[in-house]
Amino acid sequence: MSAPPPILAVEGLEVAIATPRGTAQAVRRVDFELAKGGTLGIVGESGCGKSITALAIMGLLPEAARASGRIALGGRNLLELPDAELCKIRGDRVAMIFQEPMTSLNPLHTVGRQIAEPLMLHRGLGADAARAEAVRLLDRVGIPNAASRVNSHPHQLSGGQRQRAMIAIALSCGPDVLIADEPTTALDVTIQRQILELIRRLVDETGMALVLISHDLGVIAETTDEVLVMYGGSVVEKGPTASLFAELAHPYTKGLFAAKPKLGRGRSLRLATIPGVVPDIVDMPKGCAFADRCPIAIADCTRAAPTLQTVGRGHSAACYRLGVPLPEAAA
Amino acid sequence: MTTRRQLSFATSGSFAIGGTLALLVIVTALVSLFWTPQSPTEITVTQRLKPPSAEHWFGTDHFGRDVFSMIMVGAQNSIAVGVVAVGIGATLGIALGAFASARRGWSEEIVMRFTDFSFAFPAILSAIMITAILGPGAINSIIAIGIYNIPVFARVTRGSANAIWARDFVLAARAAGKGRFRITVEHVLPNIASVLIVQATIQFALAILAEAGLSYLGLGTQPPQPSWGRMLNEAQTFMFMAPRLAIFPGLAIAVAVLGLNLLGDGLRDVLDPKLARSR
Repeated sequence: MSAPPPILAVEGLEVAIATPRGTAQAVRRVDFELAKGGTLGIVGESGCGKSITALAIMGLLPEAARASGRIALGGRNLLELPDAELCKIRGDRVAMIFQEPMTSLNPLHTVGRQIAEPLMLHRGLGADAARAEAVRLLDRVGIPNAASRVNSHPHQLSGGQRQRAMIAIALSCGPDVLIADEPTTALDVTIQRQILELIRRLVDETGMALVLISHDLGVIAETTDEVLVMYGGSVVEKGPTASLFAELAHPYTKGLFAAKPKLGRGRSLRLATIPGVVPDIVDMPKGCAFADRCPIAIADCTRAAPTLQTVGRGHSAACYRLGVPLPEAAA
Repeated sequence: MTTRRQLSFATSGSFAIGGTLALLVIVTALVSLFWTPQSPTEITVTQRLKPPSAEHWFGTDHFGRDVFSMIMVGAQNSIAVGVVAVGIGATLGIALGAFASARRGWSEEIVMRFTDFSFAFPAILSAIMITAILGPGAINSIIAIGIYNIPVFARVTRGSANAIWARDFVLAARAAGKGRFRITVEHVLPNIASVLIVQATIQFALAILAEAGLSYLGLGTQPPQPSWGRMLNEAQTFMFMAPRLAIFPGLAIAVAVLGLNLLGDGLRDVLDPKLARSR
């Protein structure tokens, strides 16, 4: 069985952002491939470059940012396309849902109109047909009374319902790739699960590929087949979800995993943390970005950045100290 | 609780008073279209400089014209100037500001430096310059005031539009494949409409004031069409004999401008509750 050709292939993606203090290397050397129906989770702390990676794929980077490398969607390099071409692809072939369902919908327009718009824009549907399709989509994402809900304004919906509406918008044109940037972070835990299950079900039904961005390892573990762990703009560990979580290789991933609150551990136990903060991307250290927070760093770590080393089947990590156990206090 | 009630009273108060005064001016202008107590242009030398009476409610001027009728017809003139001048300024200014905000980069720089440049000249000076080039007259003074309004609207539009462009739903709209023009029309402009309406009300008041100023200087509305500004000009010769000739048109201008300004303030509080709370 040969692997199906990737729908989305990101090769050597670099994003540099011009700031008043100098150029910030927000994303460095990110590679990944997604086949039809494939799911990839990108996990990391705030500022690790995961959202910038998503915006780069959408072609929606801020003015000051420059992306280089290659982002191939169905064989076409998105980084070389003019904005007019990108407009045709966005919302049609690639769609995105955002963290804040409360503010991601225009408060002045009805939900139905906002779902119908991409259909009229990309599919050339008439107003009535697009509206009928909007009802069908709302029903599909699990909003009760879809026929009357299409006429609701965003403020009349709950947070979970708004995120469902956002998903309906993203889904409207049957995209090849769905990018979900922290889709459940702003929602209650119970709603979180429902939304993740909905996304997972839609991926299975439509065969679209999914890029799920989250800071929450649990969310990633439950939803995606592949994981990319990012730190300071670089990929520090990647691999199939099952084998990666079975055998965490990079000290950062281990720290991230240990920092997850666990039930039944008793209140007296202190929550594990990774000491220090994410390095300043304008003034990035020469060596491993994680070196000064890493409990097992050695002199080599600060000299040159490590590259990804294979540690298992499809599983690799960028660290000089692979296999070295973390001290008990940090693990 | 007290502060809230006071605020809401201040809000509804300025809105109501401003609305009433503005409505008074508009109704006066409308009525004058088909009825005035006397002819506003008929010269009756025997009736010159008469004090107020049952026949001439505000008296007569040095040509024996009925001042009350002239003020009524003058309201038409002021409103026409306001509507057209604000119309010119708003149309071009909003287009420029929205363009600058949508394109950013050097397009925005050019538009904004152009507005800075035009703000360097006092409004009335630039209007005098434009009427000096185009020649005096009602139409040219409207054009002059309209041109002056362009940078005002461009600036307000660009500032508010930039704030909308930074909102999540605009990013979501871009992710849905909408172009900058579509986003401007469908998302940006509707969300800044309230700011623009308030600005238009205030510019309306300023346009009336500017037209009165230009007419006072003889650059605006030409005789025999009555104009509040020119009535003031003509009144100054008779300041000591008949001060009411200056007082009545002056009051008319004050009522119109005050009314529109209060209405603008009230509208802002009504349309933008966030701003009202922070004030």
